[in-house]
Amino acid sequence: MANVQLPDSLLVHNYIEGDENALTILINRHQSKIFGFIYSKISDRDISNDIFQDTFIKVIKTLKSNSYNEEGKFLPWVMRIAHNLIIDHFRKNKKMPMFRETEEFSIFSIMSDDSPTIENKIIREQVDTDLRKLIEELPADQKEVLVMRMYQDMSFKEISEITGVSINTALGRMRYALMNMRKVIDKHQIILTN
Amino acid sequence: MAKIYSKKTLVIPTMKPKKEVVSFLLNYSKALSIMKGNKMSFEIIAN
Repeated sequence: MANVQLPDSLLVHNYIEGDENALTILINRHQSKIFGFIYSKISDRDISNDIFQDTFIKVIKTLKSNSYNEEGKFLPWVMRIAHNLIIDHFRKNKKMPMFRETEEFSIFSIMSDDSPTIENKIIREQVDTDLRKLIEELPADQKEVLVMRMYQDMSFKEISEITGVSINTALGRMRYALMNMRKVIDKHQIILTN
Repeated sequence: MAKIYSKKTLVIPTMKPKKEVVSFLLNYSKALSIMKGNKMSFEIIAN
């Protein structure tokens, strides 16, 4: 346990000289403080681990490239690196916020899938079939106008030209078609909603 | 009977990074060597 007593500055010196074990001691000695500091700001274990890792990558690079300024103390220096990385993280997060699912917050509460479900599709098909059956029950002249208008998307002018009646007659047939269909729907209590 | 007034201290889980992270850093450190040239430095990572 003699290593525990070695001051940080000596360990840093040894590490720069090539003693890899010195880094192990430094990390073991300070990991709780540094990680705790990061976690206190981030409140997310995974991100804190990432920042902890990035912090020490910077430490390792600086020490190995002999750019370390020995004037300061080791731990405050590492803390400052961690602090800067935390600020970077929040800046990045501000530009592109990341949402994680927690117990109180689920991303699916603000996101929804508007595409119809299988159930909705089946209901829709059923409604279409029922409607088709109802249309089949209409008198031929009314059915003709309604199909041209609703399914072939024709204007009343076009309908009147094709069927050889006036626009008013075509409008009247459409009106009667709708009224007749409503009557049947009311009478048989057909539900035509999705 | 003597009363024990002191409460048991709650165990606070010490905040530590994952073992994998620490082991990655130690391996990274072993693998990394930085060579300084003229105004340039090269990072070499040995496998």
